[in-house]
This record gives sequence, structure tokens and C-alpha cells, in this order.
Amino acid sequence: MSTLSLTSAFTLLLKRDLVLAYRRRAELVNPLLFFVLVTAMFPLGIGNDPKLIQAVGPGVIWVAALLAALLSLDTMFRSDFDDGTLEQFMLSAHPISVLVLAKILAHWMITGLPLFIAAPLLAMMLNVPTDAIPTLMLTLVLGTPVLSLIGSVGVALTVGLRRGGVILSLLVLPLYVPVLIFATDAVKTSIVGIPTSAQISILAAMLIGSLVLAPLATAASLRISLS
Amino acid sequence: MGSPRYFYNVAGKMIPWFAVSFLLTLIAGIYYGLFVAPPDYQQGESYRIMYIHVPAAWMSMFIYMVMAVAGLISLVWRIKITEITIISSASVGASFTFLALVTGSLWGKPMWGAWWVWDARLTSELLLLFLYLGIIALYSAIEDKRVAARAISILALVGVVNIPIIHYSVEWWNTLHQTSSVTMTGKQAMSTSMLIPLLLMGISFKLYYGAVVLMRARAEVLERDRNTRWVRELVEGEMK
Repeated sequence: MSTLSLTSAFTLLLKRDLVLAYRRRAELVNPLLFFVLVTAMFPLGIGNDPKLIQAVGPGVIWVAALLAALLSLDTMFRSDFDDGTLEQFMLSAHPISVLVLAKILAHWMITGLPLFIAAPLLAMMLNVPTDAIPTLMLTLVLGTPVLSLIGSVGVALTVGLRRGGVILSLLVLPLYVPVLIFATDAVKTSIVGIPTSAQISILAAMLIGSLVLAPLATAASLRISLS
Repeated sequence: MGSPRYFYNVAGKMIPWFAVSFLLTLIAGIYYGLFVAPPDYQQGESYRIMYIHVPAAWMSMFIYMVMAVAGLISLVWRIKITEITIISSASVGASFTFLALVTGSLWGKPMWGAWWVWDARLTSELLLLFLYLGIIALYSAIEDKRVAARAISILALVGVVNIPIIHYSVEWWNTLHQTSSVTMTGKQAMSTSMLIPLLLMGISFKLYYGAVVLMRARAEVLERDRNTRWVRELVEGEMK
């Protein structure tokens, strides 16, 4: 019996999740569509005053990104839970937290990256000045992985429940708040033209912290959900 | 120690002590707070709501810390009593958080001119309430209560990252909410005559929590062990 090294297990799992997502391309677009739609609703709701739209723009983009991430979270473990793949992971010789990290990374590449690519376009529509768009992109690239990482704990805890959706948002959204605060604050500060290295550093710290801790918590939660 | 039956008996003996000392400190605290302590030179009489508001806010964080510690212990050693402590504390903590929010907004209306201000501490207290509600919701959604207890242990530990955010939010975003007036070290910003009733109320609330959490835990122990012999003997003894 040949043994698989940890790195190849990681890359295999990542590749598997990406291929599975690619086979279901229609589902792939859903979070992105949701992101664009929610963002488009805000100007319709609050009026077309350009100054007002600019003031709420960064916040709207980030809240929409938050909701889109939340909406797509359930897909992270759902199908693997239903068909028993997760139980096979539990039996694997490798640490579950590393395997979980591969799944989180795949989830972010499927749902976080498209938001990142669509964001500049939406930022233009919401009158965010072009000078502030690099900062927005930077907050998204640092912030959206945190959303996937924190979210994975919530999904792992609720995956066994029949109506886990509402509970998931109750568990996860309060934990998303620090990311939201610092990300939008960074964009707003850069619109005024003040350096944003402080907020960016805190976001980076959140990313590193959750990268270390979240997979462990997710692995433990999965063990409980499958027990 | 970890045996549910032993816990049930000891907790039953401890509850009256907690309850009586809670009542004594409550009466003393309210008397000193409402009648003895002088009115504030800026806020007049309306500052007195602080004697409920501040201890409630302290409790909201204290109980979450208790839950996180109990969560860690239950995950590592799988002790039944600490598992029960978490869920017994959750609704008490949620009530204190709610109380802190309500009294805060009652105080905010005359002081700030608004019931609600999107200030850092108010917001994080509201988030703390959501964290409590999330724990309660997750616990009630999972059928097997032992599994549910382990799930909320993890959730409590994950949520505990929010506690430092609450505490340091005042320093992070210096907004409308006044900064903390009680410090362990250094010069007191509050006069002693105002501080004594506040500390009395703080102790009183903790004793209340002790009494209530023991009552709730006893009920939870009975419910979980309802199929065991000692509970049956207990119930049959009561019926006689």
C-alpha cells in the first residue's frame, strides 16, 4: 500500500474541489451574480445622489461581499457530508486541519476570487475614486480569505443540521464584523487620501491569525458534527 | 466531583448561600447607590442607572469568559458538569447583555439625545448578544445534547476572540462613549462614595449569576440523567 505525502494530499484535494466546481459552472456564477445584484440594489434604495453613493460605496461593496460569502459557505462541506466523503477524510492518516485548509482554499478560489475581480467595476459604478480602488482590492484580497476561514468553522458546526442556514448566519456574521470595520475604514481613509497601512496591517494580522486557528477549529467541529 | 449526583446535592446546598448573600448585597448596593451616593455634578441623578448598567455589562463579558473556560475544559477533559455550565450560563449571559443594552439606551436618551448611537462599545455589546443567541440557537438545533454541548464549546472558544475587541474597542475607535472610569491601578476617576455601591452591585450580580446558574444546571442534570437510577430514587422520594 503506497502512502501519500501530506503535500500531495493537499494538492490533490484542492484540484479535486476545483474540478468539481468547474463541472458545475452554473453554480459557480451564483455568488458573483448575487454580489452584483445586492450592490446594484443600494443606489436604487438610497437615491442617485453621487456624493451619497460615494459615501456608502465601500461599505456597500463589503456588505455585499460578506453576504455573498455567507451564501456560498454552505457548499463548502455540504456535498461531501451528504455522500460520506467527509467521513473518509476523518479516517485519513493526515491531519484533518490540513485537508480542511485545502477545501477552504478551494472555496475561496471559487467564491472569493470572482468577487475580487468584479469589485473594481462595481466600485466605479458606486463613484469610488480610482485612487482608492487599489486599496479596495487590497482589502478584498486580505479580507475575503478571512471570511472563508471563519465561515468554515460555522459551516462545520452546522453541516449536520437540516435547517442550518439561519443558524449559520447568526454564528458567522458577528465574527465577520472586525473584517468589515477595518476593510471599509481602509477604503474610506484612502478616499480622503490618508495612508492606510494601519488598517491593512490589522487585516493582514487577521488573515494570519485565522489561517493558523480556523482550520484547527474547523477540524474539531467536523469531528463533532460527524460523531 | 464530576459525578452528576454529587453535583446535584452540593449545588442544592450552595444555592441558598448564594441567594441570601445576593439579596443582602443587592439591598445594600441599591440603598447606597440611590440614596447615599451624591448626585453627579454634570449628569445629575440620571447617572444612577450606572449601578445596573455597568455591573450588567461586566457580567455580560464575565459570563462569556466563564463559558469559554468551561468550553475548553469540556473539550479537553469531557467533564459533564462543565458542559452543563456552558448552556446554563448562556441564557443568563444573554439576559445580562440585553439588560446592559437597554439600560445603556435609557441613559443615552437624556445624555446623548438618542436612544441608540452606533458607537463602538454599544455595537460590540450588541454583537456579544448575537454571539450568545448563536450559542443558544446551535445548542437547541442539535438533537443529541452531548454533541450539542461540545459544539457550543468550540463556538464559545471561537467567539472569545470577540471579547478583547469589546474591551479594546474604546481605545481603537475613540467615539462618543465615555472611556472606562474604573481602573485597577492608578488614580480613580470616580469618587469613593460612588464607587462603593457600584462594586457592591457588581458583587451582587455575580452572586445572582452563581445562584441562577446552579439552579439551571441542577435542572439540566436531572433532565440528562432522567433515565438513571438516582434520579428515579430522588423523584420517588419526593413523591412520598
